[in-house]
Formats: sequence, structure tokens, C-alpha cells
Amino acid sequence: MTSRSQRRLGRSILLHLVLTPLALIWLFPLWMMVVFSTMPDNGIFSPGIELLPHDGFLDNFNNLQRDTNFVGAIGISVSVAVTYTFLSVLLTSMAGWALARYDFLGKGVVVAIIFGTITLPYAVVLIPQFIMVARDFQLANTWIALIVPPLFNSLGVLFMRQAFSMMPAELFDAARVEGVKEWRIFLFVALPLARPMLAALAIILFLASWNNYLWPLLINSQPGAMTAPVALGTLIGLTKVSWGGIMAGAVMLTVPMLIVFVLLQRHFIAGIAAGAVK
Amino acid sequence: MRYRNATAYRFLTPYLLIFAIFWIWPIISSFLISFQATRTVPWRFAPTFNWGRLIGDPAFFNALKNTLLILVIQVPVMISLAVVMAVLLNSPLLKARGLYRFAFFAPVVVGEVAYSAVFRLMFSLDFGIVNKLLNSVGLEKIDWFSNVTPAMALIMIAVTWRWAGYNAIIILAGLQSIPDDVYEAATLDRVSKLKQFFYITLPLLKPVIVFCAVLSIIGTMQLFTEPFLITERGGPGGGTETLGLLLYRQGFRSLNFGYASAIAYTMAGLAIAITLVQLWLTREPK
Repeated sequence: MTSRSQRRLGRSILLHLVLTPLALIWLFPLWMMVVFSTMPDNGIFSPGIELLPHDGFLDNFNNLQRDTNFVGAIGISVSVAVTYTFLSVLLTSMAGWALARYDFLGKGVVVAIIFGTITLPYAVVLIPQFIMVARDFQLANTWIALIVPPLFNSLGVLFMRQAFSMMPAELFDAARVEGVKEWRIFLFVALPLARPMLAALAIILFLASWNNYLWPLLINSQPGAMTAPVALGTLIGLTKVSWGGIMAGAVMLTVPMLIVFVLLQRHFIAGIAAGAVK
Repeated sequence: MRYRNATAYRFLTPYLLIFAIFWIWPIISSFLISFQATRTVPWRFAPTFNWGRLIGDPAFFNALKNTLLILVIQVPVMISLAVVMAVLLNSPLLKARGLYRFAFFAPVVVGEVAYSAVFRLMFSLDFGIVNKLLNSVGLEKIDWFSNVTPAMALIMIAVTWRWAGYNAIIILAGLQSIPDDVYEAATLDRVSKLKQFFYITLPLLKPVIVFCAVLSIIGTMQLFTEPFLITERGGPGGGTETLGLLLYRQGFRSLNFGYASAIAYTMAGLAIAITLVQLWLTREPK
């Protein structure tokens, strides 16, 4: 028995010896983001090795705000992400409900089109979307342009379809016998039961909107209409720009999401892992 | 289940409208646009205008070559790393599991712009922390941005850092769905842990790994932000130019929608081919 528990101990030590350096390497860029955001530019661009935070975050933040209206951009990003998440959860859970709980004419076609196109790269729709929104609808640099086109995303539909089809039919049939209308069953029976799935979906959608870069970069390129990642991106590569400021912006984009991640880890992981549910 | 057309479509219509306008129609539309000369007003139908140009365009082949090179090296490295992370995180011997999970999964929430900025700063030639650390252990510093090979390596390092944990989450979920008694039986038969990994874990994980590989390939194929922001518009001298970047340049800098659509459909063709390979690899054995 001793040799077995010794082997266990040996394996445990080996496991931590492999995993700890890897974990430190993985944390390093995030740690350096925080460190850089607190250092003056002449500190960032000095020959010494600095691995601990200083106290210059506010100065860097002021420099960032001087370079671009970052607070305004954060305001746009938050409003867009909240609205997008709400609308997308609503639309995709309604569609998922219909696909999970009713038989109807054309159902097979709808499901086949969603599944058949899901692995097509987003790049394929980029140009027509841009032409449509910017030229045909004249909606460039508006909130609608940021919120509405990305609502096409069909992963949420499949996710909610899965969630609703796992619920026992008796739940809903009982309500139907009582004469409850279908939309009330959806709203007051099905949705509350799907709360954990809705939470997972909402978190993933919020994050996607918050971090979205390419579409906002293309469609909302005017200074007052930019989202926070786009505003920050315009600074990268400029010569006379405060790098400490850019890092302060990166911290402001990242740290709130890290906190949400820690608090809601379970939902986050469920949402990502469900991407694998077919 | 009940047959209810009206009710079902009342729930479906809002989503289907958006889906048709912003997904299905653009898919058709960009196919049509790729057969038109779009730099004349009005656009005219010219089936070989863009596709003919594509086959003879060195910039396209450069971007294709770079994209495929990143795919072939980065995706296998990242997936292997993700499998290692998932298997080790799943070990019952692990202490402080939450901390390790945080370390590997945290990059999942970090936006492309934020991490591109950090990587750019960390790898800068004279003042980047990476070169300083290399120097301090007696190694030569590397000029990550002026030479093609290190610049490509940097893109691959950045993408791997950002996405390995994401794949590890999916693989970990796959691992946890393997019933314990499979391993218990193997342990009773004195099968070593290493053999258990290669003969039980890996085969059972195959569908999940293939799924992750396909997702990663399709994602990497569209790689845009990293060469756009980290290596400064695909530098040095187009050395890290990808198909995504070329599409951006053609479509939104030169406003050459027809040519950009042809590039987009090349990516779609690759994606379809890869999806078919996935279906074939994970087909049910007869």
C-alpha cells in the first residue's frame, strides 16, 4: 500500500510541476497588461525589467482619453452589448422553442438551412452585409448597424432548441389543458425553466458583442460612433500615442469580463461547451 | 408534438427574417457579386473578371500560402496543448483546480484588440519584456516584427494563447462524459495510465477533437485582427498577410467588392471541404 500511495504522491508532484509553469506562462500576458497600464511610457520603454504594477493608471487613463474619447466609446459598447444580448436571446429562444415543440410545414427545410450553413465562414456575408447596411439602408455609424446584422447568429437557436426539447412534454400539455395560450406557456412556463441555459447563452452573446471587432470597424468608423475595441484599435500603430494609455484601455475592456468570468464561470463554461452539442 | 403552422411561424418569423436578410441573402449575393466587375458603374456581369484575376494574383497566393502555413502548424499545436490542458485539469490529484482553470480559460474573455496590443508591446524589439527575458538568460533577442519567420511565429503564439483554453473547455466536457468504470476496469487489468490515455481516452475523444479542429481551422482561415494589429497590416512586407486581411484590403480599402467576394468564396470552398472531411472522419461505423 505504501508504494502505491508513494506513486500517487509522485504523480501528483509531477502533475503540478508540469501545470504550474504552463499556467504562469498563460497568465503572464494578462499580468503584463495590468503592469503596463500602471507604468508611464518612459517606464514601458526603458531597458530594465519591470514585473510589478506602479501607480500611474489614472495618468494613463487621462492620456487615453486625450487620444480618443474612450469613455464615450465604452458607453456605446455597453449599450450595444446589452441591447444585442436581450434581442438575440429573445429571438433565438423563440425560434428554438418553435423548432423544439411544434411540427409545422417547412420545419425540415428551416433546420436543414440552419445546419447546412453553420460552418460557412463569416467572411462570406461580410461584403453584401456592408453594401446593404451602408449603401442600401444608409445606416452606417448608427446603433442599428451595430446591433441588428449580428442577430443572424444561429448557434443560439440550436442551443435553445436543445434546451426546450429536453423538457418533458407533460409540463406544457398540462397548461394547454387549462386553456393557457401558447405564447404564455412559452413566456411563463418554458423560459423560467430554461433559466440556466438562458444565462449561459446571454453571457456568450454579451461577450461576443463586447469583443466584436471586424464588423464595428467596417460599419461604424466615424469617431463618435466607434465601439471601445475599435476606438482602441485606431491607436495601435500610431507614432505619437501613449502606450500606457492603450494598456489602460485594454484593462478597462478586459478586467470587467474577467470578473464576470470568475463570478459566472459555470455558465460561461456551459455556454462554450454547448457549442459542441450537435 | 402538435401540427401548428400559424403558432410555430409566429415564434419563428422574427428570427427567420433577420436570418434571411443578414445571412442567407448575403451568402447568395456574394456568390453573384464574385461574377461581376464592380469597379464600373453600373456593375456588369463578367464571369471570369475576378476569378481570372484570382488565379494569376501573386498577392492572393501569398495570402493563401501564409494562411495555410498558419493552419498547418498552429492548429495541431494548439489542439495538442488543449488536450494536455484538459487531461491534466481533469486529474483527481490536482490541487487548487480553480486557479489553474482560471489561468487557462481567462484568455477566452479577452478581446482581440486588447490582447493584440499587449502582445505587440511584449514582443517589441528593444523594450519588449520577452526580449528582455531572453537577454537575461543569455539568449539573443529576436526581431519579431522585421523578419517573416519570427513574425509568423508571433502570430501563431498569439492565436494559440487566445484559443487553447477555449478548446480545452470543450475537450474537458468531452472527457467528463467518459464513464469512470471504463478506467476502473482498465486499472484492474493493470493497464498503465499512459496506455489508458492512448487506447481509451484519445479514441473516445476523437469526435470532440475533430470538432475542435474544424472550428479552429475555420476560425484561423479567417484570421484578420492579429496580422492587422500585431504585425501591422500583415507586415513585414506581406509576410503575415492572410486571406482575411487580403479580403479586408480588397473589399474595404480598394472597395473592390467583386474581387473580395471571390476571395471570400475561396474561403467558403475551403470551409466546405474541411467540413466534409470532418463528416467523413466522424461517420458512424457500419
